[in-house]
Amino acid sequence: MQLVRRLGAGLMVLAFLVLPVFTLATGPAFAGLPAGAGAAIVLTRSSEGVALPSEPVLGKPVPWEIGLQPGYSPVKRDMIALNNLVLWIIIVITLFVAALLVWVIYRFNAKRNPVPAQSVHNTFLEIAWTIIPVLILVVIAIPSFRLVYYENKTYDPDMTIKVTAHQWYWEYTYPGQKNLDFISSIVTGDKLKPGEPRLLTASNPLVLPAGKNVRILLDSSDVIHSFFIPSLGVQRYAIPGRTIETWVRIDKPGIYYGECNQICGTNHSRMPIDVVAVTPAQFQAWSVGAEKQMADADAPSTAAPRQVAAAAPVPAQAHAVVLPAAQLFAQAQEMRH
Amino acid sequence: MSVTTHDHSDDHSHAHHDHKPGFVRRWLFSTNHKDIGTLYLIFALVGGTTGAVLSEIMRVQLLHPHGTVVTTGQEWNTIVTTHGLLMIFFSVMPALIGGFGNWFIPLMIGAPDMAFPRLNNISFWLLPPGFGLIVAGLLLGDSGTGWTLYPPLSDAIYQPGIGMDFTLFALHLAGISSLLGALNFITTIFNMRAPGMTLHKMPLFIWSMLVTAFLLLLSIPVLAGAITMLICDRNFGTSFFEPAGGGDPVLFQHLFWFFGHPEVYIMILPAFGIISHVVSTFSKKPIFGYLGMAYAMVAIGVIGFVVWAHHMFVSGISVDTRAYFMAATLVIAVPTGIKIFSWIATMWGGSIEFTVPMLWAIGFIFVFTVGGVTGIVLANAGIDQVLHNTYFVIAHFHYVLSLGAVFGIFCGFYFWIGKMSGHQYPEFWGKVHFWLTFIGVNLTFFPQHFLGAAGMPRRYPDYPQAFAGWNFVSSLGAFLSGIAFLVFFYVLFRTFTSKVQVADNYWGESATTLEWTLSSPPPFHTFEELPLID
Repeated sequence: MQLVRRLGAGLMVLAFLVLPVFTLATGPAFAGLPAGAGAAIVLTRSSEGVALPSEPVLGKPVPWEIGLQPGYSPVKRDMIALNNLVLWIIIVITLFVAALLVWVIYRFNAKRNPVPAQSVHNTFLEIAWTIIPVLILVVIAIPSFRLVYYENKTYDPDMTIKVTAHQWYWEYTYPGQKNLDFISSIVTGDKLKPGEPRLLTASNPLVLPAGKNVRILLDSSDVIHSFFIPSLGVQRYAIPGRTIETWVRIDKPGIYYGECNQICGTNHSRMPIDVVAVTPAQFQAWSVGAEKQMADADAPSTAAPRQVAAAAPVPAQAHAVVLPAAQLFAQAQEMRH
Repeated sequence: MSVTTHDHSDDHSHAHHDHKPGFVRRWLFSTNHKDIGTLYLIFALVGGTTGAVLSEIMRVQLLHPHGTVVTTGQEWNTIVTTHGLLMIFFSVMPALIGGFGNWFIPLMIGAPDMAFPRLNNISFWLLPPGFGLIVAGLLLGDSGTGWTLYPPLSDAIYQPGIGMDFTLFALHLAGISSLLGALNFITTIFNMRAPGMTLHKMPLFIWSMLVTAFLLLLSIPVLAGAITMLICDRNFGTSFFEPAGGGDPVLFQHLFWFFGHPEVYIMILPAFGIISHVVSTFSKKPIFGYLGMAYAMVAIGVIGFVVWAHHMFVSGISVDTRAYFMAATLVIAVPTGIKIFSWIATMWGGSIEFTVPMLWAIGFIFVFTVGGVTGIVLANAGIDQVLHNTYFVIAHFHYVLSLGAVFGIFCGFYFWIGKMSGHQYPEFWGKVHFWLTFIGVNLTFFPQHFLGAAGMPRRYPDYPQAFAGWNFVSSLGAFLSGIAFLVFFYVLFRTFTSKVQVADNYWGESATTLEWTLSSPPPFHTFEELPLID
């Protein structure tokens, strides 16, 4: 009986360790993707009807990923470094506790230790297991405080963008580019090009220059949303009635996906964020083209048909319109049914 | 702690007085802490089963991308909201506080009943209507905000249906229920301990209930305020949280989480108490470091009141505020670690029997450690920026609740069911229930750490293809856990149909608290004569 119990416990532990390895090995087949499907895909999309250079997709989740998405901004890379420190500490702590439990179960079970001790104190131990955790926390806290202050804002912004969240799309405004302003909404099903991921692809991506400090000002026109781009380490709520500031510096050109990360109604899962980082020169060229598009569109336009989601009808003008509340509400009602 | 009791000699005279009231008087108008405890436990089972069914629906929807079980996002959001609220307010809290608290506080302190027996009854009966209201909100599809109820999404424009108001009112009822219960518990514990039972001689379960009651006393009114303000915004034209009227959505977050954080300690502290009793009993040793254990719980309770904004790291609060809340949150790891090590030290040198309650207790120590350390990851505001609202958070709180608190509930059930009912559980099927649950819940929630780290947001009914693998594994785990839950129903059936007579103290001499001096089940009235503790 003892043996069965111990075997059972051992098998459990083994199964628990083997399972992730097993699933990792068979994973890609399982997820319906060919092996090596993590390779960067190159896409070309336009923003505001202005063609963008093709960029590799860098900021995306990969099947069976077990850690943080790789970082493409200094903030995210620092987060990964701190997370690695904390992760190793907690792995050691957890394994230590597990080992103690296994030992105690083995050594002090009733068969092996029929007479229990009665000790209820050990001053040295009690002090040790108070002081040592405090020291561990200090080791974690020092880099952690540094990170919080670093990621708070940029003191040297090269440009500012405003992000306004709506149910259920994003509006991007470039105050420094003649108030260039447009809407980015989900691209669904039939309109997706090969290689473009479901639920992560948006029309009119947010175009930013790589290697520049970008101040981000967030706002919302309706409910709380969250502007979340894991590979860049960006997340802040977009709350109506207040402007929240954060920042990003994207290391290199590429495409980085994000999603809305605060429950915001029926299409919460269908308002992705696409960031396309280009070289500063390409950004300049794009913004000139986009400004011109916006100016032209103020006249009756023959703009190219926009790729918009059937589920999230947005106006087809070349720049954003703030929808009156009643229309938003009607949209909300529509979405519910 | 040794006890002089008069119960044995009084057994015969008790039998004369032990006629129980008629059905309606007994079960609808109860003033008996044991019966009210039983009502709470049955109710918690109903609430927990409903919440579990909802979670199975959720995991079927998330089994593959583009799930079609749930047809609209609003429907999904309502299911998610109801699952959370039912599990917290209509399952875990009724089971631990209303159920085991009511049953065992008077018994362990040698009191004949609670200080306010009739108030106790209304505490219970406020809950079924609340349950009905929340289910109405679910069926109407009106409460699509998440259990956190943030405005503006929860205001009248975005959740126009009356089901949302039903849900808010249900929380008022549950809140009043808990508040009155807390009053009752504090008064009872402070005033009705048997002669000789000083605070420092109280069983640790009593300590855990005392701290829990104080947390409820101080935090529930703040929730009530927040909910009332939200109801007024929705129905009476106020704008507490409406920027257009000068209000602020972030105010709600502060008020909610000032309640919400102590709430999670409210859910886990009673489980800590139960684990202490079970570990001590089956290691045949007194708990290691009793005072440290008691005051660690007090420390967790006190510090738990000053960490709330770690739920708001990305809400636009200032960087200095984030730094403070991060530091305060990290501090809670210290008293929690003291408890984990003290439980292990209790087992060390003991003579351990691996009964079913002991399996749950040892399982608890391990899974609570896992859940606790991921809390340390999240406490770092810098990292939380990329983990907030992802599945990493879901994994963390399910480890400490769905594995921690729920293991505590099952531990208490298996430990005390013989005492409460006079019927003992079947050992084999109890073990099957434990192992299936242990494997199932770990399989469900461990992969969710990976999903969250990789960036999968919570409250999503559908997800990008890249998240498909771990979601599939997690759903399989959920189905296994569902089967384990069915095994629990079989355990209940076998327990209540068992014909074996159960002794007063069926665990042996290392079960040292007062409930083990009584018959199983105890008489309708107990400790009408107070025991003397020395």
